[in-house]
Amino acid sequence: MGRLPIADKLFTEGPDGPRLLAGRDRETGKLAFPMPAGAEARRYDEVALSPRGRLWSYTVQRFPPKLPFQGEQDPAKFKPYAVGYVEIPGEIIVEARLETESFNGLKVGLPMELVIVPFRLTPEGDEVVTYAFKPAT
Amino acid sequence: MSDVYIIGAGIHPFGRHDDKTALDQGVFAVREALKDAGLDWTDIQFAFGGTSGGNSDAMLPHLGLTGVQFINVANGCATGGSALLSGYWAIKSGEFDLGVALGFDKHPRGAFNADPKSWGLPDWYGQTGMMLTTQFFGMKIRRYMDLFGISEKSLGLVAEKSFQNAVHAPHAWRRQPVPLDTILQAEPINDPLTKYMFCSPSEGGVALILASERKAKELGRAQVRIRGAAVRTRPAGSFEVFSPSLDIERGKAPTELAAKAAFEMAGLGPDDIDVAQLQDTESGAEIMHMAENGFCKDGEQEQWLAEGRTKIGGKLPVNTDGGCIACGEPVAASGLRQVFENVVQIRGQGGARQVDGARVAYSQVYGAPGLSAVCIVGQ
Repeated sequence: MGRLPIADKLFTEGPDGPRLLAGRDRETGKLAFPMPAGAEARRYDEVALSPRGRLWSYTVQRFPPKLPFQGEQDPAKFKPYAVGYVEIPGEIIVEARLETESFNGLKVGLPMELVIVPFRLTPEGDEVVTYAFKPAT
Repeated sequence: MSDVYIIGAGIHPFGRHDDKTALDQGVFAVREALKDAGLDWTDIQFAFGGTSGGNSDAMLPHLGLTGVQFINVANGCATGGSALLSGYWAIKSGEFDLGVALGFDKHPRGAFNADPKSWGLPDWYGQTGMMLTTQFFGMKIRRYMDLFGISEKSLGLVAEKSFQNAVHAPHAWRRQPVPLDTILQAEPINDPLTKYMFCSPSEGGVALILASERKAKELGRAQVRIRGAAVRTRPAGSFEVFSPSLDIERGKAPTELAAKAAFEMAGLGPDDIDVAQLQDTESGAEIMHMAENGFCKDGEQEQWLAEGRTKIGGKLPVNTDGGCIACGEPVAASGLRQVFENVVQIRGQGGARQVDGARVAYSQVYGAPGLSAVCIVGQ
């Protein structure tokens, strides 16, 4: 049973922990997340973002999204999850799933850190992982 | 260059109509607008029409194959506003005297689902459950509430007003008053917004007959003039739906740009407006759009709502037909419904929802992928 990132070149996992991958526009120096793909990618240099930031805004997804959502779509089994934006100081504000079940503890400005979390199992039993931010410890 | 008048307005009631297609509702609206203007389809020189993911000119066999110049418009949530603006330009240029702007739609129940590829976004964004318009609405108002001191009660007051106003609007969908406590205590959809604070996808159609000044006067129908109209797309640094990332340096919203342009065209300012229809995909949007359109400063909404200033009878009545919250949102028709309501108000035909002395009326529709259309009509 393997462990599969949900997409290539979305994040890395090194000895210092995970990093999100962004692109820096070679002309303007502006950051883009995710790293642009296809023909546009040639205009960007790949950059690893800092794994720490502060919560910029958030909400809780209370109903199961429709396709192309690949999480639990059965309303009886669906578990609400939090989504938010995290400001990475001096870099960019990124949207992420938030790894917490105490939704009431979320506040704008809360320190957050990047984690890689299980998202779903494939029919073959492989674990698909994605990125999220959790309240920093 | 000619002034442009709205000389006829027709609507198919919004809501759920299982026995009718979207096209049926669009055709109905055009016939109502023609009847209202005292015209026949054969009089119409051009049409700009929109419907989501379809060809609105499929209505031609029903209305009459007159060879009329019919142009399909597709511009996201501003489709209706864009059809109207296109018709406005066509007449203002002097090329035409008489045309129609129309929009109709019928959406499946529940939140819209979007295909990441068609938005130039990676698949994982949709797969992991971050590509939802309702999340964006929740997050935009959450941050705004924290920055400017807007309470959850204010979110409830907006929805309470919508349902109160809709009681008196025959074209609205949800026409029963809902108590404030019920709104506030209802199940959250995307926090801090509860189910009564959201508009739902719905069905309906709207058509507006546009005429040159010469034609409007010849027909004796020069009552409602388009004073200003503009569509603007998102500038750098705005916060828009379906954004996996945002610049730290924040910028203006497209609504601020469209509002400024329309006010300049009209030679008017926010204080000149007697009634406003503001995009209210949910309560939070109405609150933020009060400021983005220039009617108040950020944070003043808290006091405005507490004092009932946006109720009918208040300083600036907002969403007098219940807006999207009570009418639902058939995307291509929604912006035109706002203008329809303003035509009703300027003509003084609003019955129990009439704003006394409404002479200048404002409408603003906003939506994906980050654009806003404003129209100011008046006597």
